[in-house]
Amino acid sequence: MKQKLVLIGNGMAGIRAIEELLKYEADLYDITVIGSEPHPNYNRIMLSPVLAGEKKIDDIILNSYEWYKENSIELITGDTVTKINRLNKSVETEAGKIFEYDRLLVATGSMPFIIPVPGADKQGVIGFRDIQDVDTMIDYSNKHKKAIVIGGGLLGLEAANGLMKQGMDVTTVHLMDSLLERQLDTTSSAMLKTSLEERGMKFLMEAQTAEILGDDKVSGVKFADGSTIDTSLVVMAVGIRPNIALAQSAGLYCERGIVVNDTMQTYDPSIYSVGECVQHRNNCYGLVAPLFDQAKVAANHLAQVGIARYEGSITSTKLKVTGIDLFSAGEFSEEEGDDILIMQDAKEGVYKKLVVKDDIIKGAVMYGDTMDGTWYFQLMREKTNIADFRKTILFGQHDLGDTGHGDETRVMSLSDDAEICGCNGVCKGDIVNAITTKGLFTLEEVQAHTKASSSCGSCTGLVEALLASTVGEGYDDTPSVKPLCGCTIHSHDQIINAIKDHKLKSMQAVREFLEWKTPDGCAACRPALNYYLLARWPEDYQDDAQSRFINERAHGNIQKDGTYSVVPRMFGGLVKPNELRAIADVCDKFEVPEMKVTGGQRIDMFGIKKEDLPAMWKDLSDAGFVSGHAYGKAMRTVKTCAGKTWCRFGTQNSTRLGVKLEDLTWGSYMQHKFKLAVSGCPRNCAEATIKDFGVVCVDSGYELHVGGNGGIKVRVTDFLCKVDTEEEVIEYCGAFTQKYREEAHYLERTAPWVERVGLTSIKEAVVEDTEQRKELYERFKVSQKIFQVDPWKARADGEASHEFTPLKIA
Amino acid sequence: MSNWIEIAALNDIPQLGSRVVKTDTMKIAVFRNSNDEVFAIKDECPHKQGPLSEGIVHGTSVTCPLHNWKIDLKSGEAMGPDEGCTNVFPVKVEDGKVYLDL
Repeated sequence: MKQKLVLIGNGMAGIRAIEELLKYEADLYDITVIGSEPHPNYNRIMLSPVLAGEKKIDDIILNSYEWYKENSIELITGDTVTKINRLNKSVETEAGKIFEYDRLLVATGSMPFIIPVPGADKQGVIGFRDIQDVDTMIDYSNKHKKAIVIGGGLLGLEAANGLMKQGMDVTTVHLMDSLLERQLDTTSSAMLKTSLEERGMKFLMEAQTAEILGDDKVSGVKFADGSTIDTSLVVMAVGIRPNIALAQSAGLYCERGIVVNDTMQTYDPSIYSVGECVQHRNNCYGLVAPLFDQAKVAANHLAQVGIARYEGSITSTKLKVTGIDLFSAGEFSEEEGDDILIMQDAKEGVYKKLVVKDDIIKGAVMYGDTMDGTWYFQLMREKTNIADFRKTILFGQHDLGDTGHGDETRVMSLSDDAEICGCNGVCKGDIVNAITTKGLFTLEEVQAHTKASSSCGSCTGLVEALLASTVGEGYDDTPSVKPLCGCTIHSHDQIINAIKDHKLKSMQAVREFLEWKTPDGCAACRPALNYYLLARWPEDYQDDAQSRFINERAHGNIQKDGTYSVVPRMFGGLVKPNELRAIADVCDKFEVPEMKVTGGQRIDMFGIKKEDLPAMWKDLSDAGFVSGHAYGKAMRTVKTCAGKTWCRFGTQNSTRLGVKLEDLTWGSYMQHKFKLAVSGCPRNCAEATIKDFGVVCVDSGYELHVGGNGGIKVRVTDFLCKVDTEEEVIEYCGAFTQKYREEAHYLERTAPWVERVGLTSIKEAVVEDTEQRKELYERFKVSQKIFQVDPWKARADGEASHEFTPLKIA
Repeated sequence: MSNWIEIAALNDIPQLGSRVVKTDTMKIAVFRNSNDEVFAIKDECPHKQGPLSEGIVHGTSVTCPLHNWKIDLKSGEAMGPDEGCTNVFPVKVEDGKVYLDL
């Protein structure tokens, strides 16, 4: 017989836990959900747009009644659990129903705090918490003119904005002298207040509510200084309190909230708790991201997997008032020893402030331009050392490289038909609509549903900003440990380290050791694991063709019509007449429909049928060509300029050095494509300063540059160091390449890698520490011994012939 | 009426891989997963006709190499939020031989 699971509270945290549980174990429990409200689970944080008339109730339902039915969940709405009987493991409802449980999940959420002043019980005094409150407010706005919102925090301002949109004359009363004092410093708070006042909102600051006036119904509010304001509606938005009365009456240990351990278990081992009612490591959370983290952990234990732990969350905040861009995270008021970075432009209405200690971001406040809020938040959570770019950090991430969206940094002011994702043609309206109607909370979900930011990724920042603005407080942008994919809970770094530290030498060993959820992984993790293993254990690991993307399996670049393109390697971009003749002959023989010269100074032949590839490679191989790896996550090309052999400005032999570098690095697999260039003088005709590894020759030697990119985000290289000889260039190149190969995440190019780990740490290993440089270089050469083989010749000679031969019907 | 045609030995298809059968009118992708189960579907992604035979196989699904749509090998249907379907053909393995019903 199945065990019984009862969930008290039909809200976002509890239902998310059930959803996560169903992903693990769909049939472990008979599930009953009991909720007081007469609705299925809805998106509570979308109540503000509903109040503002921008959304309807139907738009914010997260789980329809059908969802409960499809998952065989018994749903009781409009009834409240009044008693938990822990002795015989049952709960009792107001309507007198009794439900037995084996496991109980308490997700009773929180209640608005109603200030206990005289008259607080009058008709017309409400909180802002559920659909009923919104209905009441809209109802009042149809019949009455004036409203007072008590509380100048996030919730209060959203309520005031909504009531104003419904046509009411709203005064927001705040006890403190600045709005959102827990999220903003005084400067940004004043900017916000001005902008809200321009929209018609009134404020009464430093006012303490003394009494609610009226008979049964509210007629006004009296303040401590004796002044009064007339009103028909009072919305109390001064805070929430964990709803712990039920748990307390059952004798569960509570302080401010229901106290749970890192597995979300209460003091009663059969009872778990998640959401706003919970107190974990002395923190109570009222934002959605932490609640979802908790739900995941609780589900993991309810499913008897038993390995997840909740270790608390850092949260960020955005105000959901349309047209106002505001972001805050972490500690924003400075303490002694903190550094404050500020950028302020009053005319443009832009304010950015970072609180930094020892080159680590502690907090961020932004007003006006919040585009980079998600980036600062990520740097803060990952405790990234910002020393290398703190001089420019306030100009935003685009200063590290253009995202290709120019000045479009104020996403909330864009029109609905503004294109966000240029690859897949997804507009702002499509994304916002999907987020609200489908109840999306993470970047991955938005990618899956809209395809925005799922191709080249250059619009990821914009999509994240939209997600933050739409979902508002604490959307889940980067979980503290971002798993590689859905098959595992481990991050890239954890996997890379486990492979190294525990000498895991096969994919099976990695999946078993790290407790993979799927037997053979997925299209995201298999290529990554295959790469990590062959990069770490080149001599031991057996490359797995079925875990390679088709381009690397077929050794050509798959095109939209299923044909392939073929690019032979031309070392340093040099080519001889007989080689060109051979290429021309091959093109005639195989009727190649189109040829072009690539950006990397090679020749590309398009439209090759897969079956023809081995024969074509044989001809190319006979003419002395090897694969150009133009299809792979691999070393691609070394681009060169004419150099001092011919050029009157040339300072060194750039073509010869280019050939040497290509001789060294060709055939090497990487996390992503990897390009080199050698320019013969600082005029830099080979564009070496937008390559992964670039050499700029000067009269006195060679300048080495790393981490450049000319693609999605143009990024100019960082200067690594200057060396005197070609031999040194070779050694430094091998060492840098190997450092990248061993440490970067799969599909991470050198540009974001250098930004993530910091140039300083790379310099330490490759430049300053001679011994480490030599070791890295040696390891690269060992790997090259195995991998520097021409895959084209091997296939021309018959290897993996099944890949290229269709089956014949007998 | 079924018309079983022998197309290959099971071992001609790599585990977690596929082979393509060309008929007069179309290409059919025949997949083999890690449990040696065999599936046959039309070699066209419902999204933009990408060659599914070139995708990465995992569990009982394949990920299209062009735009990462995930297709269920048993039903031919797109998984996740994507919608679309490709044709499925009956296929069986007997004595290490793979048969396709056209």
